[in-house]
Amino acid sequence: MHFNPNSGFLYVIAIIVILFVIAQSGFFLIRAYKRARVIGMDMPQVKKIIISTAIFTIAPAVSILLGVVTLSKFLGLPLPWIRLSVIGAITYELPAATSTAKALGISLSETITDPKAYTAIAWVMTLGIMPSILLVPILLKRIQKGLLSIKNKDNKWGELFVTAMFLGMISAFLGMVFADVRSGLPGFIPLFVLLFSAFLMALCGILYKVCKMEWMKNYALPISMIGAMAFAVVITPLIG
Amino acid sequence: MNKKSYDEVSHVYGQIWIWTAIVMLLCVPISICIYYNAWPGFTPVLTGLMGVAPIFWTVGVIEVITYTPMLGTCGSYLGFVTGNLTNLKVPSALSAMENAKVKSGTEEGEIISTIAIATSSIVTTLVIAAGVLLLAQLSPIIDSPTLKPAFDNILPSLFGGLAVVYVSKNWKISIAPLCFMVILFLLVPALAKSVGILVPVGALISIGVARILYQKKLI
Repeated sequence: MHFNPNSGFLYVIAIIVILFVIAQSGFFLIRAYKRARVIGMDMPQVKKIIISTAIFTIAPAVSILLGVVTLSKFLGLPLPWIRLSVIGAITYELPAATSTAKALGISLSETITDPKAYTAIAWVMTLGIMPSILLVPILLKRIQKGLLSIKNKDNKWGELFVTAMFLGMISAFLGMVFADVRSGLPGFIPLFVLLFSAFLMALCGILYKVCKMEWMKNYALPISMIGAMAFAVVITPLIG
Repeated sequence: MNKKSYDEVSHVYGQIWIWTAIVMLLCVPISICIYYNAWPGFTPVLTGLMGVAPIFWTVGVIEVITYTPMLGTCGSYLGFVTGNLTNLKVPSALSAMENAKVKSGTEEGEIISTIAIATSSIVTTLVIAAGVLLLAQLSPIIDSPTLKPAFDNILPSLFGGLAVVYVSKNWKISIAPLCFMVILFLLVPALAKSVGILVPVGALISIGVARILYQKKLI
């Protein structure tokens, strides 16, 4: 069988995987939506959540698409499409492809032609990402049991515990924008972008609380993120 | 259906979906190997894996422990299949719960988190699918050097806004892990490549600070 990283066979596999992801997401979405109605949640608010989440998702999704395009130059389209639709992220897949290509002594600058190298990369991408998906069905109930026992002992501390975990995560990503500042002014770009995003979020908060613009509550995050991304486009040529 | 049985049923469905996803995931390289009769052999896979597994597997374990309490039952079963947790699913779920004024760990929080993650997964999948199908038409836009800085800065764009919401509400807990991370990245910039490993470090610091402040009744 002649190997082609953009063959119809690989596209068929990709479409099966993509349909699976949509089916699983659709299943949980419909189930949660029905449950929200059963327990009497504010359904107009639930609908607003769906719309605002969809809008917020578009920019990061385009960024993921960029990852697919980047990898497709070497691996063709179907495999990056599969990998970045299921579990994967460009931060995993690119190093996995690079590591395997280096091990096999092949270049990442041109489209792969050796089927064995291709399957080796597919295996490394798959096995490299396995622990996170494997551990969820094994550990989830135990983690929830542990968290529940903390909450049962002291509910307020249980809530603070989860909030503190999230703040720990935010801290790591906020700290990361300082990584390049010692390299000079261009190294400050991520910091300026972060501050501009924070400024836009604060502005949205003022419009929501002071000017009573209720709709702003649901769209503040997409506005601050897309606004900051636009800001990055403007300032990078000026100081980059 | 009471809360407990809804949770239990969620686990049953979640387990079915996630184990099916695991089998499907493994079937991808297996079917390619069979179709092209191109089995790579043990050594190239092991050598390639050695380059990434130590970090990936560690981050994988950390993500499961850190994110599952935030995402809830269905959110975890779904989010860990569809991926892109840090840059998409976790912020989506937390922002949605914040807007709906519900807390993680409650049934309402579970429902909103699931709805946010499912919506985000569907939109992401559709955007990527549309991008793949229209690649020729879209490539001048998405490959544009003008737009490159926007996508290079997606994490600062996202976390700047999130920080205002969460840090302002919990500034007493946030100061110590924030100062630690800023100093750490200033001293060792190379750590930016493995930021995932530092997430539990930040979490441990903020949990420790929160515990001390809570015991002293300062929060």
